[in-house]
Amino acid sequence: MFDSIDLTDEELARHAYIADAGLTTSLFLALKMQRPLFLEGEPGVGKTEVAKVLSRALDAPLIRLQCYEGLDVSQAVYEWNYPRQLLAIQARRGADDANGGDIFTEEFLLRRPLLQAIDRGHERAPVLLIDELDRADEEFESFLLELLSDFQVTIPELGTIRARHKPVTVITSNRTREVHDALKRRCVYHWIDYPALDKEIEIVRRKVPGLTEELSRQVVAFVQAVREEDLYKLPGVSETLDWAEALTHLDSKRLAPEIVESTLGFLLKYQDDVDRLRPRCAKLIAEVS
Amino acid sequence: MSLLENVVLFGRLLRQAGLPLSPEQTRAFARALDWIDVGSREQVFHAARALLVTRKEDLRLFATVFELFWRAQSRGTELRLPRPARAPRMRDAEQRFDAFSVLSGAPADDDPEVEVGDRAGSFSAAEVLQHKDFSDLTPDELDEVRRQIRDIRWLVSRRRSRRQVPDRRGARLHLRRMLREAARHDGTPLRLRHLSRKIKERPIVLLADISGSMEKYSRLLLHFFYGAIQGLSDVECFVFGTRLTRITHHLRVRNIEIALEQAANEILDWSGGTRIGESLAAFNRQWGRRVLRRGAVVIVVSDGWERGDVSELRREMRYLSHRCHRLIWLNPHLGHPEYQPLVEGMAAALPFIDDFLPVHNLRSLRDLAGALASLPERRSRRAGALGR
Repeated sequence: MFDSIDLTDEELARHAYIADAGLTTSLFLALKMQRPLFLEGEPGVGKTEVAKVLSRALDAPLIRLQCYEGLDVSQAVYEWNYPRQLLAIQARRGADDANGGDIFTEEFLLRRPLLQAIDRGHERAPVLLIDELDRADEEFESFLLELLSDFQVTIPELGTIRARHKPVTVITSNRTREVHDALKRRCVYHWIDYPALDKEIEIVRRKVPGLTEELSRQVVAFVQAVREEDLYKLPGVSETLDWAEALTHLDSKRLAPEIVESTLGFLLKYQDDVDRLRPRCAKLIAEVS
Repeated sequence: MSLLENVVLFGRLLRQAGLPLSPEQTRAFARALDWIDVGSREQVFHAARALLVTRKEDLRLFATVFELFWRAQSRGTELRLPRPARAPRMRDAEQRFDAFSVLSGAPADDDPEVEVGDRAGSFSAAEVLQHKDFSDLTPDELDEVRRQIRDIRWLVSRRRSRRQVPDRRGARLHLRRMLREAARHDGTPLRLRHLSRKIKERPIVLLADISGSMEKYSRLLLHFFYGAIQGLSDVECFVFGTRLTRITHHLRVRNIEIALEQAANEILDWSGGTRIGESLAAFNRQWGRRVLRRGAVVIVVSDGWERGDVSELRREMRYLSHRCHRLIWLNPHLGHPEYQPLVEGMAAALPFIDDFLPVHNLRSLRDLAGALASLPERRSRRAGALGR
């Protein structure tokens, strides 16, 4: 399935993911060499989607850890179920059981995503998505560095749990801060850029089949022109797709200034950007039609 | 030459070109060659890039080195990489104020010698120095001021992060710990344990104007920046005249001579014109999302003398003010009693500033340090200028 670069490319296409040769190679190597795939890029270029597609293609469960500041072991790895532990203590107090029974057993363990990923119960390697790592803080990063090197976790009360199958790991970052080099060096690194014109048209054709070929081309050409403009936040591929989808509902046959202006909100997320682009719409449309 | 030798040579070239590369990465690349077609330029390129590069900034340099290497190998020629150009940039002979004279501390030729006056007056010399305008310092005083600037203790107000740490006075119960202890005591929790949110320093972002009108001050600003970077955990430094330059990584170097020299080499637009709006626009777009996070405090140092479009300055200031915890503007002229912020650029920026403070002598820098340490935890309402 993922036995060569060409087969990897085919497999991705089968699941409606259009990748360039660089990403395909990185993905192929990540799978072959059992290294995490580290995807960096602007928001909305399809980083998270890679993990979802992998999970479908490999027919493996997708385990997702969304990162945020302050993410710690109790949210990322495991936590004890305190209410149940307290109840168990209460219940056993009346019983003859002199030592109160053990409340630190698997029965009381809450498995968070990272523990789920290395669970020994998996038939095959699951896909582990560590999403937006740049949002977590440095403390979590160093913990992750340790985990990724041997995929094992030690719970003091239970012992060490080690993965039977190394999870297929995808880490994404929007680069709101620099993730430490030591972590990236353990990964296969890939910077996902905005796709080239023909690739993006292909993506729109696959994902929004309701749009005519001509309009798909115009939509993508327009978005690519917008990316050349002086804006705070450039539209990603996901914005292109949202906008294309919106246009199908409006039954438009071609890009017209009034339609574009009234739907700019799908592409641009800052009012300043909308204000700046609106007067230039007609000109950009003329250029791409 | 064998394949492995090629890999090693290529790795060495990349390192020479300045790409940080670990031996493990080179080994991983060598292993990867088993899986790909080593005759295909494209496949080798993508595989090498995936395993040897870890930063977007290095992608272009990598592509150049790869291109050189591949061409030389296919021609069978010996490869020698040109040294990356790092020579100090030649300056116009007319221009008196150049980076080197700034950093070496040598006064520019036309620097006026100012008499210190009678040191036996009512103020001690040290006290005088605290209040003396940076633009009036003699070379000797300059040395002393520089030293003092670097030694200022910087403290930044803290913020509560979302990470929980054990704390006796915390509000949340540390259940994990309580139950672990309870297990030892027959299941009875004997003591309450608490957690609270970890306190962290706020990030600081410094943006300094180094254009011609700021000439007399910008030489000292770098020392101020250096001190801040060395003393605080999370500081980003940028300078601008007609373009924006990030100098953070240079100032992190411990040795101050080297740090300042590297920073100055990076700056192309010393003492030129000013495009504050354009420079802020570049900052907002390229760096805003990356450094304005977690309640950052932004400090702009400029006299507001804008040669570009004032409406652009206004727009960028508004954007900036919405995305930081506090926006402080330091203006050296504010120290003069008769100064009014009438310059068009300054007037445009004022409504978006939280604190408008002077930065013309040692005293004002110490005051700034004090103000930074006691910033309120809540964001101020952006009503307008508070300072003066």
